[in-house]
Amino acid sequence: MTISIDPQKTNNESLQPKGWLRYFSFSLDHKVIGIQYLVCGFLFYLIGGTLASAIRIELASPMSDFMPRDVYNQVLTLHGTIMIFLWIVPVVNGAFGNYLIPFYVGARDMAFPRLNAVAFWLIPPSGLMLVASYFVEGAAQAGWTAYPPLSITTPQSGQIIWILSVLLLGGSSIFGGINFIATIIKFRRPGLKLMQLPMYCWAMLGTSLLVVLSTPVLAGTLILLSFDIIANTGFFNPVLGGNVVVYQHLFWFYSHPAVYIMVLPAFGLVSEILPVHARKPLFGYTTMVFSIMGIVVLGLVVWAHHMFTSGTPPWMRLFFTIATAFIAVPTGIKFFNWVATLWGGKISINSAMLFSCGFIINFVFGGITGVALAQVPFDIHVHDTYFVVAHFHYIVYGGTVFIIFSSIYHWFPKVTGKMLNEKLGILHFVITFIGFNLCFAPQHWLGLNGMPRRVAEYDPQFQFVNQISSLGALLMAISTIPFLINVFLSVRNGKDAGDNPWNALTPEWLTSSPPPVENWEGEAPLVEEPYGYGKKISERK
Amino acid sequence: MLNKNIYLILIISLVFAISFWIGFNVNLLPVEASINAPIYDELFKILFIIGLIIFIGMTIAVIYSLFKFRKRNDQIGDGIALEGNLSLEIIWTIIPSIIVLLIGLYSYNIYDRMGGMKELNHNHEMMSSNTEKIWAGISQTSDNEIAINNLSIEVSAMQFAFLFNYPKGNFISGELHVPVDQKVSMKMESKDVIHAFWVPEFRIKQDIIPGQPTILNFTPTKVGKYPIICAELCGPYHGGMRASIIVEKESDYNEWFNKNKKPEVNL
Repeated sequence: MTISIDPQKTNNESLQPKGWLRYFSFSLDHKVIGIQYLVCGFLFYLIGGTLASAIRIELASPMSDFMPRDVYNQVLTLHGTIMIFLWIVPVVNGAFGNYLIPFYVGARDMAFPRLNAVAFWLIPPSGLMLVASYFVEGAAQAGWTAYPPLSITTPQSGQIIWILSVLLLGGSSIFGGINFIATIIKFRRPGLKLMQLPMYCWAMLGTSLLVVLSTPVLAGTLILLSFDIIANTGFFNPVLGGNVVVYQHLFWFYSHPAVYIMVLPAFGLVSEILPVHARKPLFGYTTMVFSIMGIVVLGLVVWAHHMFTSGTPPWMRLFFTIATAFIAVPTGIKFFNWVATLWGGKISINSAMLFSCGFIINFVFGGITGVALAQVPFDIHVHDTYFVVAHFHYIVYGGTVFIIFSSIYHWFPKVTGKMLNEKLGILHFVITFIGFNLCFAPQHWLGLNGMPRRVAEYDPQFQFVNQISSLGALLMAISTIPFLINVFLSVRNGKDAGDNPWNALTPEWLTSSPPPVENWEGEAPLVEEPYGYGKKISERK
Repeated sequence: MLNKNIYLILIISLVFAISFWIGFNVNLLPVEASINAPIYDELFKILFIIGLIIFIGMTIAVIYSLFKFRKRNDQIGDGIALEGNLSLEIIWTIIPSIIVLLIGLYSYNIYDRMGGMKELNHNHEMMSSNTEKIWAGISQTSDNEIAINNLSIEVSAMQFAFLFNYPKGNFISGELHVPVDQKVSMKMESKDVIHAFWVPEFRIKQDIIPGQPTILNFTPTKVGKYPIICAELCGPYHGGMRASIIVEKESDYNEWFNKNKKPEVNL
């Protein structure tokens, strides 16, 4: 049985602050929580981006001359940790998930509004704690992977704060995951079937399954690691008979699925955006659903491809090569389907569409280098080099971050009732796309030719290419300016959007912009065909 | 309709031609200096060409759609209500599956030729006495392999240096000297954190792990001096943790070896 009308409206609803102050409160409204996630994530993106700029400044010259070497390692550790755990994961899951999922299932809120608020409010303190650890004894400096024994032998306070912070963020992620699963499965409006849900619901269902299955493993691993650090146990400490490779297995059992936790929601979001602006139904709905679930299952059994040089037995290398390469099949299906969605449409070339198409191009490139990296003999040469750095930035920045921007251009009118400026939006896209490719494409060559990752100094023959890369990073930093100007100007003086500026069919557009607290004035509409573009109204179910 | 198909075939052949041309004419890799390197570069070339075909094809498809199907100012209404096409979807499930499978089999073959699937710890004096389990690195066989003449070297890594112990000569060197065209066997162990041994010109890499020896075999094929690079984050001076491998003619190597050799101490 499904429950449609949300029973959890609280008695103290009237005590909740109104206006902009509610964004600083323990609000139970899923829309407020979604925006809290988004803005909080974006602030951390600015911090992580500043750290990235510091890395690119250091690497503009072959000598280690911009900052002390140990600070450099802290900067790269914080950059990775912040971008993953405080920007991408909370935003593609928490922000858009909270804002959109209740609309998509036809509910008035998430299944567990209080848990939802708790999940969000775990993020700011743990993020601040992580950043503040720099001022204690220096932040963690063993990379975001925190491989022992390095993480055991570097200054302890930074590493312990890092562990605590990641544990809290993992907890937040699990709370969110449970909430999404419960909402999608149990809170659907009566009459709404699973196979009628917008694709983002399926993406979030798959993602949340991964979160719930794999994040606890990371938590357990980090707790064991903290014992090694503070209580002198020997789980991973080779001096006491521990095994360092076991840590890597446990760590990657979470951290590979984490890649899908970062990209699957983006796959969902782009599936919402493309049909609206191309005025076409989403091509191949059923295969899209199955390919998401295929990625979820395969994503759980590929982790050891991060460990091909760690001394793993040959049979293990082979198994993980084949499993990893096969992820390209369901992923490829999705990309072909998106291009087919564009084909024969009436495409509006706007910022949301451009960022989505940028995503397709970047991600295809990252996916191709990914299939290459899955091959053991190929990986052995480029593992732990700038080739890998380039590859995963094509996935998480060129892929997911492009979709985050695309989604902001798409849903901004819904959230604020105002349009974003298209000229500034296109400028933002052009600078981001050029800057991104200028920054990361040359890094493939660096890795192939002998530049390892996580170094503050390098062979002078690589200087020129590194400077091109740094120039690209500068452009990426600059690209934030038109975006921020656009958001601030449009929130105050943007063109009125009306309720449904894109003429979209998914349920969040069938209410006012911004939506009322209860999401709909009356009963939630039953949307059986969220992608029924090109059909006459009478043909739509 | 016929016209359209001709254009499609033309574009596809052009994409293939460009990809093959780039694949064969653009070299992205450093000098080939070991038996492994040409095998690696063969795999790289194939993957590079397939990747280019897919990437260029997808990019053209996206940009063409954006251009061709863009909404003109006077247009209203939606595109065609096309919700899927089963045969098309089956095609683009099966073809990628076959490509991926073939790439997998091919890279298995490459890996086998590199010696990755071989048992490692037989035929090896130094290691057969060891009862501990030794984890596999790459084991590379050369065509004129003479197992007994393998040069055995013990590598120890520490923050932030490599040390190379030549047991037969009873000395330790900070530079790795090896004779050209001879198989070298290294047993590696770390004294502190995880390091990695990487020679880009040899296309080989193996982590050096504390408490767990690893083995790496290779056969250099080109005289010269190449960098040994630590590829695993190992602390503040990780970027500076480099050494050199000097591949020299056998006579030069022997001269160097005899100069450094220390007499065995009789106990």
